[in-house]
Amino acid sequence: MYSKDGENYYILDAHIALWDARAENQRNIHGKQFIDCFYDYHRNLGPESETWPYEDFLYQGGERLMKDIFTDGYVDHAIFQPAALPAFYRNNFGQTEEAFALAQKHPDKLTYNHCWDPRFGEDGLKQLREDAKRFNLKGAKLYTAEWFGDSRGWKLDDKWSYRYLEAAQELGIKNIHIHKGPTIRPLDRDAFDVADVDKVATDFTELNFVIEHCGLPRLEDFCWIATQEPNVHAGLAVAMPFIHTRPRYFAQIIGELLYWLDENRIQFSSDYAIWTPKWLVEKFVDFEIPEDMTEYPALTTEVKKKILGLNAAAMYDIEVPAELQVADPPAKAETEAVAVA
Amino acid sequence: MPAVEERARAALDEVYDPELDEPITDLGFVRSIEARGSELNVHLRLPTSFCSPNFAYLMASDAKDVLTALPGVERVVVQLDDHHDSDLINRGLAADAGYRGTFGSEAEKDLEELRLTFRRKAHTAAMERALTGLLRADADLAEEQLHDVTLGDLPEGRTTSALLRRRESLGLAVTPEQPVLVDDHGHPYPREEVPVRLRFARSIRISIDGNAHFCRGLLRTRYPDSGSDQAPRPQDPSTSPMEARAS
Repeated sequence: MYSKDGENYYILDAHIALWDARAENQRNIHGKQFIDCFYDYHRNLGPESETWPYEDFLYQGGERLMKDIFTDGYVDHAIFQPAALPAFYRNNFGQTEEAFALAQKHPDKLTYNHCWDPRFGEDGLKQLREDAKRFNLKGAKLYTAEWFGDSRGWKLDDKWSYRYLEAAQELGIKNIHIHKGPTIRPLDRDAFDVADVDKVATDFTELNFVIEHCGLPRLEDFCWIATQEPNVHAGLAVAMPFIHTRPRYFAQIIGELLYWLDENRIQFSSDYAIWTPKWLVEKFVDFEIPEDMTEYPALTTEVKKKILGLNAAAMYDIEVPAELQVADPPAKAETEAVAVA
Repeated sequence: MPAVEERARAALDEVYDPELDEPITDLGFVRSIEARGSELNVHLRLPTSFCSPNFAYLMASDAKDVLTALPGVERVVVQLDDHHDSDLINRGLAADAGYRGTFGSEAEKDLEELRLTFRRKAHTAAMERALTGLLRADADLAEEQLHDVTLGDLPEGRTTSALLRRRESLGLAVTPEQPVLVDDHGHPYPREEVPVRLRFARSIRISIDGNAHFCRGLLRTRYPDSGSDQAPRPQDPSTSPMEARAS
């Protein structure tokens, strides 16, 4: 919980990782390039006081994660969103066993989401069923830009992807977080094209699709889809830190999201360990849309509370203390289904 | 005639990052230009190792094309540094293998369609900049009235000339009586659609501007000496002077 000026905020960090990018875990040069790219994000967009030495950035471990997120970071609950990247890292990038063990130790604080890659075909589908049971999965993180053999990416509307999404729906894995990256094949299309999200959102209305980085660098395409698909949500991973380096740009992103989506479909994420939640939460609570940006309405305390935690808590059925709720709470999934029926 | 390096740099001013809608020279993507006799060696660099390989290829091959066309230049070597596909792209460029020859089964057709998509986005963003500029300058101007604004109504300046350039690149007319707010084919929208079309154009402009600031910043983080190679990005109507300094 975070308190400021007599207001109390329930904080849910919807996108965190426990990764291992140390040299001994890097399979090849791309493993180094990948973490170096993250480290450049970290150095470029965060305040200097929050910049870590490179060595610290490669691996944090559970103890440091708990301190950064919960002890120092005001977060009430956080959700692991792992990227496997087996083509880049020997023992994967996201550390499944370590993260799951930590989530079992702190079930009130942590939810473990797992990941899948439809290119593993039947074997992967079987594995998904086992994983859903073992991890009690409510959600998954899909990273369509992963390399696999000769393939350097996949699309959500691929045939095998549909089979995995059908299984997810059957298994109650309702919350599908998607990282859109430079997926390939064919290469001559827009690599960040979100048209495949549009298709699956239409075909799988029982699932929620959270587009991480709110479609950046294609904010407009994402907004256009999200306007038409009520089960498409915006994850603010990587968009959040602009609040420090480019506050006016951040205001524009939030302003556009509120206009095209609504206040119930935007979720706060630190994207730990690229950034820590503490400064992001502090800055967001203090943040106001600049007065001269007359095209956007003010960002109210109620809306901030929803974005910082209530929206994701409703999606994951995580109980929020009554005194931290708002007068007009985000609809819970069940309520919404009833309303539709 | 100016030195070969100088002419090469001027030629590279015409090579654009399709997504950011800026010359690769202004962005600081040109790492070095070296001439030996009639041979030119140019190194390009990008903000991350994982920048989209199609765009990376597009810029590198456009660079090779404009340099090869320079009088007195007989051999051109363009190399893309530190990209996950550097080897593949550099081999393809050296062999003049073309895009499909370079990427093989990963490519289905050439890149013209992709290029057109981003030209259209650049035009839409330029249109929004011009119209938002008018709205900010005149508090009494209602959004729907933008339906009647023609190119001749726009003030002279960088924003207007940028819009005209984008229209030309799409083959759209640039005569003064042409309406400003048009679709990708130059057709005006119905009056009642103007607010939502302007709104969508704005999200495109915000996206492009945001990507440009992000990529510029990342390049400086990755290559600390690259800041001095970057020209300031022209300001959009909603950017304050303070933020322009910070970018």
